[in-house]
Amino acid sequence: MSVFTLPQAVKEEVLLKDLSALVAHHRQRCAPYDRILAANGYEGASSVAELPWLPVRLFKNLELKSIPDDEVFKVLTSSGTTGEVSRIYLDKAAAATQTRQLGATVQSVLGPKRLPMLLVDTKAMLKDRRSFSARGAGVLGMSTFGRDHVWALDNDGHVDLDAIRGFLEKHGDAPFLIFGFTYMVWLHLYEVARDHNLDLANGILIHSGGWKKLVDQAVSPSAFRARLAEVGLVSTHNFYGMVEQIGTIFLEGPSGGSLYCPDFADVIVRDPVTWRELPPGETGLLEVVSTLPTSYPGHVLLTEDLGVVHGIDDGDWPGKRFSVSGRLPRAEARGCSDTYREAA
Amino acid sequence: MTELQKLREAFRTALDLPADAPVDDLHYQDNEKWDSLAHMSLIATIEDEFSVMIDTDDVINMSSFAEAVRILGKYGVTIND
Repeated sequence: MSVFTLPQAVKEEVLLKDLSALVAHHRQRCAPYDRILAANGYEGASSVAELPWLPVRLFKNLELKSIPDDEVFKVLTSSGTTGEVSRIYLDKAAAATQTRQLGATVQSVLGPKRLPMLLVDTKAMLKDRRSFSARGAGVLGMSTFGRDHVWALDNDGHVDLDAIRGFLEKHGDAPFLIFGFTYMVWLHLYEVARDHNLDLANGILIHSGGWKKLVDQAVSPSAFRARLAEVGLVSTHNFYGMVEQIGTIFLEGPSGGSLYCPDFADVIVRDPVTWRELPPGETGLLEVVSTLPTSYPGHVLLTEDLGVVHGIDDGDWPGKRFSVSGRLPRAEARGCSDTYREAA
Repeated sequence: MTELQKLREAFRTALDLPADAPVDDLHYQDNEKWDSLAHMSLIATIEDEFSVMIDTDDVINMSSFAEAVRILGKYGVTIND
């Protein structure tokens, strides 16, 4: 069952209703959120674009939660290089919902069966199970969708060619899942597959983590896909998401080049000076909306990422398709692979 | 060993609990040993022990010992004492 089903007009109708209800829900339960909306004179929205957004960095400065302290089940944190930390509070219901919706999203391309899984990373980063990095948490979250997990890197971070070969001998003849951060896949899988003639034709790659490190090596998203196709890996899906909207990911469609919004989420591109919504084709700041955040007011967030909508209802799946082109230059360097703690 | 004993053993092994630890009332993340990492180990142990392949949705839904009993039923494994 797919979560990429709603044409844009239908989606906006559903989202406007659900997100307006969430605005009221959070105003009642989160005093700072209510004060921000009151100060801005918010009285209601007649479109998704009119819903009041919070800048994502506000979660670094304020404790924003809509649940009592004794219902806090998990605190997710994401810190930038300057040390400011976002805190995201989940109760049990929100934690379960995010896992379920992430699962539904990923199953849109993987199907209901767990596939044998090659992790382009090292097991060593899960050593301290009380305090994973963002990489660790991402890898662990995604492991649910695989089985017979094999790590492509050894504990010292070197490519474990024997492990990869062993995995492919056992599972290479049928669909298998490859997961890793984009630059890790480039450095530790693409080059190894090319140099050692590995057959990745049955692989389905899911990858994320920003292009910064690849841009430094002059590797564009389209070059990434093209090179991987040369080693047989044609099924690749990039995704975009952030801890401040945990459980919501925007997933690249089968044809490549565009990210799609699941039925419970959407993106809006805004002019960084006037805040007006920009039409398809124009690059601006990305706002992300999602109905998943019920325990903290993260349902409408203005990110510090630049992006562009490429089209609406004209791609692999219904709704908007877009891409992320980089970070707003003045923004704090905040990699999702930085510190990320998960506390029970 | 009965199927019920096998399932209890699988929980104790995967969650690193003592041999006599009661497990029938366990819930995901209520017990500090049952975190997301242990969950994957639990799924793998159950799959090996009962020779089944559990789908993604069932991995996500297996949030208690009682749920594990119910889900295994879907795969044709009846947990009796």
